[in-house]
Amino acid sequence: MSERIKPIVMPKWGLSMSEGKVTGWLKRPGSKVAVGDEIVEVETDKIAGVVEAGDAGTLRRVIGEPDTVYPVKALIGVIADDDVPDAEIDAYVAAYATGAAADGGEDEAAPRYDFVETPAGRLRYARRGDGPHTIILIHGFGGDLDNWLFNIDALAEAGTVHALDLPGHGQSDKTVKEPGLDGLSAALVGFMDALGIESAHLVGHSMGGAVAARTALNHPGRVRSLTLIGSAGLGEEINSGYTEGFIAASSRRDLKPVLEHLFHNPATVTRQLVDDLLKYKRLDGVDDALRALGGALFAGGRQSAVLADALKAATTPVLVIWGESDAVIPAAHAEALGDRAKAEVIGEAGHMVQMEKANRVNELVRGHIET
Amino acid sequence: MARKISYKQAINEALDLEMRRDPTVILLGEDIVGGSGAPGEMDAWGGVLGVTKGLYAKHGNRLMDTPLSESAYIGAAIGAAACGMRPVAELMFLDFMGVCFDQILNQAAKFKYMFGGKAKTPVVIRAMVGAGFRAAAQHSQMLTPLFTHIPGLKVVCPSNAYDAKGLLIQSIRDDDPVIFCEHKNLYGLETDVPAESYAIPFGEANVVREGKDVTIVSYGLTVHRALAAAETLARTGIQAEVIDLRTLSPIDWDTVIESVEATGRLVVVDEAHPRCSIACDVAAYVAQNAFGALKAAPQMVTAPHTPVPFSPVLEDLYIPSADAIAAAVGKTVPHARAA
Amino acid sequence: MTNNPFPLPKDDLLQAYRTMRTIREFEERLHVEFAKGDIPGFVHLYAGEEACATGIMMHLSDIDRIASTHRGHGHCIAKGVDVHAMMAEIYGKVTGSCRGKGGSMHIADLSKGMMGANGILGAGAPLICGAALAAKFRGDGGVGITFFGDGASNQGTVLESMNLAAIWNLPVIFVVENNGYAESTSVEYATGVDSYVDRAAGFGLPGVTVDGTDFFAVHEAAGEIIRRAREGGGPALLECKMVRFFGHFEGDAQTYKAKGENDANRASRDCLTLFANRVTAAGVIGDAELRVIDREVAALIDDAVASAKGAPLPHAGELTTDVYVSY
Repeated sequence: MSERIKPIVMPKWGLSMSEGKVTGWLKRPGSKVAVGDEIVEVETDKIAGVVEAGDAGTLRRVIGEPDTVYPVKALIGVIADDDVPDAEIDAYVAAYATGAAADGGEDEAAPRYDFVETPAGRLRYARRGDGPHTIILIHGFGGDLDNWLFNIDALAEAGTVHALDLPGHGQSDKTVKEPGLDGLSAALVGFMDALGIESAHLVGHSMGGAVAARTALNHPGRVRSLTLIGSAGLGEEINSGYTEGFIAASSRRDLKPVLEHLFHNPATVTRQLVDDLLKYKRLDGVDDALRALGGALFAGGRQSAVLADALKAATTPVLVIWGESDAVIPAAHAEALGDRAKAEVIGEAGHMVQMEKANRVNELVRGHIET
Repeated sequence: MARKISYKQAINEALDLEMRRDPTVILLGEDIVGGSGAPGEMDAWGGVLGVTKGLYAKHGNRLMDTPLSESAYIGAAIGAAACGMRPVAELMFLDFMGVCFDQILNQAAKFKYMFGGKAKTPVVIRAMVGAGFRAAAQHSQMLTPLFTHIPGLKVVCPSNAYDAKGLLIQSIRDDDPVIFCEHKNLYGLETDVPAESYAIPFGEANVVREGKDVTIVSYGLTVHRALAAAETLARTGIQAEVIDLRTLSPIDWDTVIESVEATGRLVVVDEAHPRCSIACDVAAYVAQNAFGALKAAPQMVTAPHTPVPFSPVLEDLYIPSADAIAAAVGKTVPHARAA
Repeated sequence: MTNNPFPLPKDDLLQAYRTMRTIREFEERLHVEFAKGDIPGFVHLYAGEEACATGIMMHLSDIDRIASTHRGHGHCIAKGVDVHAMMAEIYGKVTGSCRGKGGSMHIADLSKGMMGANGILGAGAPLICGAALAAKFRGDGGVGITFFGDGASNQGTVLESMNLAAIWNLPVIFVVENNGYAESTSVEYATGVDSYVDRAAGFGLPGVTVDGTDFFAVHEAAGEIIRRAREGGGPALLECKMVRFFGHFEGDAQTYKAKGENDANRASRDCLTLFANRVTAAGVIGDAELRVIDREVAALIDDAVASAKGAPLPHAGELTTDVYVSY
């Protein structure tokens, strides 16, 4: 009977998330929803996000109360067609209640991260899934593998996903031996060698996109496809207010407005997100690493490496994804490769489009990799 | 790698990392090694509560047990700092300032100014503060206001292991004299602490809980009492913002003012005595600089104007409690239900 | 050329005289200028005690640190602090060694190893233990000298420091400048031992008492214990018995002194006269050579006073600068 009834549960955005707070419903009970519609806003200690409908139907029950914290996988709403009787839905809800916590803890037993020694230093990475496609997720400037919080598990359904912290980032070694695209690309190839990955689908965000593109140009045999998200390397413009502000900020008050550049909705920037980035920025060596990378890649508010022409001449399949209101690198760069790439510009999303429109991005990436 | 370590381990780790990084860092104090000159083992104590335990094995004679002569060794630490070293002196209990205050007050704090800027004194004086240890009147005081009062000194009082490590590293790297206050009842508290080195800048308060109805400002142990009060208040519908000052000199006025401008209400919690306290200081500053934002009179929750008593029943009454904090919030919110 | 019977070459003897004369001229001139009312606050003059600072400091270089006292002008000059900057400091001018923010009691020049005059009696002893500890860690052979009077010798800081220096075998010299008076209180009243050497012995420190008005006695004794400390032999105490020509501070009527005491001291215990008599009698230095130095020093001090008087005062912004390195 429950095949006609679809649960809306507290999502698990990354393995560190154990609970989330419902902050507001975007759909009223009784309203029709389509797949991908934004239904309910949820806030974790890391970030505020929106739960999108995974099924079509009518929002029949709104269970999660605003400003209330629920464990991951707890039932917070129900979608069903109009012809499903209320009694059946009530029974479903009643039966569901015990299911929430039943399989909790199983993920926690597995290590969340691993480290690998490479010529570019000790690098941290996360590995999910064991499917046939090998996918590597490469974060942007100042980011880390948690930038793929909303993507890594979804993509793991399509393949074996590795998300790494580049040198100077996350929990990888903070020394960036060669602070430029060639150096970062060499670090990525060293990472692939260390893990025995012959070739992979590269998904890069921002600076990570340029690293992926550089790698496809330097080592075409090792890159099966490229997905460039809000990517650097496709044009000269870049918001120096962001890059330089990020480097300079040393306090919560300085950093928060800088981070607001990243999102379509500035309210996405929670206190915890700011604190986590400050904790990263305070680590010895990070300031030097960011300054070296910033100087090599975006000095004076211009990108020093534009790879668009070279990519046009290459043959690696390319998907370009952009958030329409990207305030760091203009969405116009999505067209830089012309017919050479499939380009998708997503509305109501900023530079962190893979977080803000995770479902759509995951769908696009999977489509690109699987064809 | 995410891992939890205690406040005490975080301090030990900060000292270890800085001693590895900088050969001018030396440690002086009574029993910080333990067993010097005695027939048994060295590193017998590692400090009276074991905070420096194990460092002697790693750094040898850069840790020096001192005689019970606080003026001499605190002064020596200050003199060595003026001559290019970065000494960290452990005063054991901040209450012992009474026997060495001149070296801190008239020497370390004033060199830079009275020598026309041509001196720096990068010394750290670590000491335990705070009550609740059943240690009575001479080993339990929160004397932070006395040091905060003095120009030339910096005063730090972390409330958790992450801050303890980052603030101690900053204290050692800082070129000014720093009084680093360790709350003895937080030594066992564990929080996530990166294994790497990091420095937390001074003068940057931490908003440990966001809320729109009232601002609770504190530091040290009572931050946790304030958080407990905030949880209680949340059940009555009052959302309290809790600010951990982390450093008392310099102090982050901007964060306090910004918060009070949003909430309109202020409660300051200080384990020190009420008169001329951090609580007074914050309440006065807010009254002078954000009067228009205030919807109610600022409230102070402090220890009483008494020495710290010994009997546990009295000592527990002495330290500001979560209930007292919630009650003070109640005074600022007209229609608050009893917390 | 006459044979030189002294343990110093002639150039050094001339330098010793020049240093002592500079201190004397500086202090005598301050005595005059202070009475005119142009100098703020109060000053403690070192006149009469010059042989002590000079005899010790001739063994030191800039890597050696000294911690001075409230009566610090002589120590500063002998350690090489610029006389013009000192004078300007005493006048509270921005060109002073401390930009006018320290005054007479806080003149310092760390580049010269001068860690400051000090308004707190006995406070220099722990500090110089730290300086000596730093020298020991660096292994640069530097020594630390802490000066204190017969009065401050009774401070706990001094006694604690003697013990600390002893157990850590620090290269520290404790110099008691015993001029017989702690402000107005006599050493006989305030100190329970007859000799500071006995007190040092209580801490396991060797000590020696010398006539502090005799440059050569000070120089010889200091040379011995400084060399010993430099070579790792540990701390020692040097007591210099000397005379204070002026009062505790300028304006002190000195009624506690015996009638004629100052005149008698100037007549028979003036270290400059004693030095001049010795070197001229030995025929090593001619009287005319000393008079040349006297004139040059007088001109130097004239110029220092004139330039200090003409120097700019600190501007209002100076009130709040240099409290911290960063804040």
